[in-house]
Amino acid sequence: MWTTKTFLTKTKRGNIIKIVREHYLRDDLLCGSAACNTCPHRDDELVLDSKPESICALFDYPHYLILDTNVVLHQIDVLEEDALQNVIILQTVLEEVKHQNTAIFQRLLEVIGNRKRKFFSFVNEHHKDTYVERNPGEKANDRNDRAIRKASAWYESHLSINGAVGQSPKVVLLTDDENNRKLAQEEGIVCCSVKDYVENVTNFVGLIDKLSKNVIPESVAKDALYPAHLTPAQIHTGVRNGKLHQGTFRASRYNFLEGTASVNGYEKPILLQGHIGINRAVDGDSVAIEIFPEEEWRRPSDIVLEDKADDPGDLLEEEGVLLSTAKPVDKSDDEITPTGKVVGIIRRKWRQYCGILMPSQLPGATRHLFTPAEKCIPRVRIETRQSHVLASQRILVALDSWPRNSRYPLGHFVRALGPIGDKDAENEVILLEHDVPHARFSEAVLSCLPPDDWTIPDEEIKKRVDLRSEIICSVDPPGCTDIDDALHAKTIPGQTADGLDKYEVGVHIADVTYFVRPNTALDKEAASRSTTVYLVDRRIDMVPELLSSNLCSLRGGEERLAFSCVWEIDENANILNTKFHKSVIKSASAMTYEEAQIAIDDKSRKDKIVSSLRILNALAKKLKKKRLDNGALLLASPEIRFQVDSETHDPVEVEAKKIMDTNSMVEEFMLLANTSVAQRLAAEFPQSALLRRHPAPPPANFAAFLKAAKQQGFELDVSTNKSFSASLDKAVIPGRPFFNTLLRIMATRCMQQAQYFSSGTKAFEEYYHYGLACPIYTHFTSPIRRYADVIVHRLLAASIGCDATHAELLDTRAANALCDNLNYRHRQAQYAGRASVALNTHILFNQRVEIDAAVVLSVKRNALQVLIPKYGLEGPLYLPSDKFIYNEEEHTQTCDAVVLKTFDELTVRLSLDSTNLQHRKLLIQLVKPHIPGFSYEEGQEQTDKQTKAQAMEVIEIEDDTPEVKDPKKRKEKPVHKGNKKKSKK
Amino acid sequence: MPGPDLLSSQGLRLDGRRPNELRRIRCKLGVFAQPDGSAYLEQGNTKVLAAVYGPHQASKSKSLQDGVVVNCQYSMATFSTGERKNHPRGDRKSQEMSMHLRQALTAAIKTELYPRSQIDIYVEVLQADGGAYCASVNAATLALIDAGIPLRAYACACSASMAWRNGQPEPLLDVGHVEEAAGGVVLTVASLPSTGSIGLIEMSHRLHMDYFDVVLSRAMQGCKDIEVILDRAVREHLAEGWTKQDVVVI
Repeated sequence: MWTTKTFLTKTKRGNIIKIVREHYLRDDLLCGSAACNTCPHRDDELVLDSKPESICALFDYPHYLILDTNVVLHQIDVLEEDALQNVIILQTVLEEVKHQNTAIFQRLLEVIGNRKRKFFSFVNEHHKDTYVERNPGEKANDRNDRAIRKASAWYESHLSINGAVGQSPKVVLLTDDENNRKLAQEEGIVCCSVKDYVENVTNFVGLIDKLSKNVIPESVAKDALYPAHLTPAQIHTGVRNGKLHQGTFRASRYNFLEGTASVNGYEKPILLQGHIGINRAVDGDSVAIEIFPEEEWRRPSDIVLEDKADDPGDLLEEEGVLLSTAKPVDKSDDEITPTGKVVGIIRRKWRQYCGILMPSQLPGATRHLFTPAEKCIPRVRIETRQSHVLASQRILVALDSWPRNSRYPLGHFVRALGPIGDKDAENEVILLEHDVPHARFSEAVLSCLPPDDWTIPDEEIKKRVDLRSEIICSVDPPGCTDIDDALHAKTIPGQTADGLDKYEVGVHIADVTYFVRPNTALDKEAASRSTTVYLVDRRIDMVPELLSSNLCSLRGGEERLAFSCVWEIDENANILNTKFHKSVIKSASAMTYEEAQIAIDDKSRKDKIVSSLRILNALAKKLKKKRLDNGALLLASPEIRFQVDSETHDPVEVEAKKIMDTNSMVEEFMLLANTSVAQRLAAEFPQSALLRRHPAPPPANFAAFLKAAKQQGFELDVSTNKSFSASLDKAVIPGRPFFNTLLRIMATRCMQQAQYFSSGTKAFEEYYHYGLACPIYTHFTSPIRRYADVIVHRLLAASIGCDATHAELLDTRAANALCDNLNYRHRQAQYAGRASVALNTHILFNQRVEIDAAVVLSVKRNALQVLIPKYGLEGPLYLPSDKFIYNEEEHTQTCDAVVLKTFDELTVRLSLDSTNLQHRKLLIQLVKPHIPGFSYEEGQEQTDKQTKAQAMEVIEIEDDTPEVKDPKKRKEKPVHKGNKKKSKK
Repeated sequence: MPGPDLLSSQGLRLDGRRPNELRRIRCKLGVFAQPDGSAYLEQGNTKVLAAVYGPHQASKSKSLQDGVVVNCQYSMATFSTGERKNHPRGDRKSQEMSMHLRQALTAAIKTELYPRSQIDIYVEVLQADGGAYCASVNAATLALIDAGIPLRAYACACSASMAWRNGQPEPLLDVGHVEEAAGGVVLTVASLPSTGSIGLIEMSHRLHMDYFDVVLSRAMQGCKDIEVILDRAVREHLAEGWTKQDVVVI
């Protein structure tokens, strides 16, 4: 069974404690090779072929590969290709990788888990013949290298013991460490560097491109362009004694030679300028900063610097322009910012970046520059032999290193996404850049699904409340296939004590948890996706389509499983009692908002569906009034909807969304269901209920907004949500109906983001939902497209005793981790959706130019942020500083007699600017009020071009402003989804 | 709940054991001459000495009419942990351990045979590396046997914890210090394996009902495995002692 040999491993840490750990060595560990007949393998434990085919010209005999830790860390992209097979991953390597980089560790596990790849992980650390003890004075790294060599030697001899001479596979050790190679050769182990090996691999085109560029040690000073980074130990002491500061580097979007980092103890972020000041930090990296003495502090430059289009080679260009403009003119300037320089990198936050290749001008060159789509990421030098193919493609590139003597960071090509401008490729870019998991569902996930022809089993019907006889209907936007809610209402006999009529109202939600059982592959996939992502022309489902559009979707006339919340409500919309139960329903009709509205208004219709809709509608109005009286905010956001061409999926028209009474009807009942469920959960699970809160915005958020409102003569009271709501209602200008909506749109921008949390992590007062003005809230009504609702369903089912709880459900820590992921995915899904709207707007305006009315949302130093109500579009209208004078106090822009301020109504011309392929954007030009020499005039092509040129010169402000937060909704099915509508951030 | 990885992807624990394996157990009976019975037991790096005095007449105040009073004292040597311990005995933790020891051992001793008597059991932990209570119970059982006190059955204690492998729950047997410190649940069971009865059961964290049974059955299996080891040690000791005695007498 087990060997009882004990080894002692001694480690020292902190205040020096001796730790003695047991270390068992075993004789029952397998080598995983089919060529071995000594190890007692079961068939499924044989991973490595008995006669592995050699793909490398250097070693033409059958062999296995053993990798060293650095090879895995640097060349994971090569390993992920299908080329290399029959690889042995030692436990020593696995543990070192895990220690150094969890992301790569996960990817490695993925590769090992894929049986087709024939990667075997060998537990050399616990094998009695391959364990090596650390010698006194030996470094941990040297010991690990020795362990790897010992395991290689053991494999060689182990495999040759039984096989006929020369028949058994050999072992090749891949390592980039020259010293290690020398030692290995002395010990008789065949070894090779990765570069040599991969370059001699036949039959796999493109493998070389994925090779990561070798890291040149920091100490090499030859041709160095950049000063060396400090070592981790130096940084550690520096930070500890206060000489250095730690912060996250944020590159400027406008000026590639400028960035900032927020550090503790300084109110303003620290300014970092120039190649040397930034010293190879990339946006997002955690860096160590040295702050200059106060005399050398500067103010942020207000010029735009873009990296030159051509490749200047490894030279740092003149930075004089930047540095001279940034010199403070007068010492009391309040824009002077603490300034410093990056002296070391604490942790790189590199990921893979989407972008386009800029092929080198030299024919046949292999080194090219890559421009990422993200503006704050520097260009990357990659090596590829397929530049002619890739030049027209969107590609994905990974960063490898940034040596001192290279102007650009070095990276390697990962994969091509598709032709530039192609709809699918652009969508792919949106999904990748927002980290939306969108791969097809794996076999494991699909195997959790019921068969296509699944019907409700009889025993399941017996367990549930049978509501098939009730007249239930669903109301959704047109074209919606994932119907997750349905409603019913009827009068019930008897009256309340006050003599009011009583109604029974039910909300029925698709019972997704019946199909998605905890801890299955399907559940895990759904949890990791967290939400369905809606792009304009594509939907990335959270659960496979069979569930989302069929078995879970409460379609008209079909029997479906549901989770019902049924109230008794009196005429004045007071709730008398609430019941939750699982049920079987048969929806009588799946209607659109419009159909439902027409039915309600049609006096001649008197059937049961219509009468229940009328009851619902009447109650909803009362519920809404109560809610608003409580202080709920009615905010607005510009909502648009694309009409998509059915063939090409290109948008043909865009329109603002229409809101009808029925939208609000469905919404009210969803809110009611959500709050009822939230109350129940908080009472049942004080430690682990999944709830949703919306914190009150800090007063500072309102400053600009209040100032703008004051210019129009309105004093808004933002002290509480109730007073805010009331003063918003009063702010009406007769004759300008859009003004109030505009105010509400702007108020939305001042809000905080609503978030999921676990009840155990917050005090009860913090549960408050500011936007909805209710003390407690959760999401229950859309389990098909939100994972939060799935968890809420499970909790609720457990609380009414119709399902068992499972461990993670009750664990506060696990719930908290889940919430973090939910919030992150939720946010990313919104950003992705917005990016998709932007993409489609560009496609829409590709062929057209329009003149429309617009409103000024805010005034910036060099631009007006304007909203075009017709399309719900918003964008910057650039103003040249030589014509306009900016008044910082009043937030106005003045040109001669024309004064532009917030809420002004303008007429603008819209067209698409495609000069920069990667960043196409809508160009907005002023038409009215007319300013000679600036405003666009019909038939004046000359002026047009000129303005265009000016617009290009000034700072692009488009995505950076805080406005990014607005929830521009474009979902197929949005309006009634609970608080999504109003308070969303 | 799935804390840090206690099980590698190959199914081995941090110290190289498989989930159902005990640590190495070595033990010796009759290590001291003065007490009536004594034993030394090693469970991995946890090392425990146990000594038994009695049965002897109980002091007036404590004595019981219908059975023997079992008096236990648990203490940890100052050098038993990584950092020097200041209170070797008498602190809350030791008192609690003493009580738990008494509970488990009283269940094993045929108390009804010695009314108005007392048995003193002293346990000293020389080195603590997780599972000190389990080792103490096992050592005390051996010492009781060495003292010749009639027992219903071997009292054995073993701990078990929970880990996850490929999303499947996998209970771990005989939890060491590293695994204990990882923060997962530790279920300690003292039982009489040959009768299947449980003398003491204690759990350190919350564990979902679904998994309780698997963890408990693994701990019970561990107790059975330990009984086999203890039984072998007792038999070897007796065989050895018998021959020695012969030599002395003849």
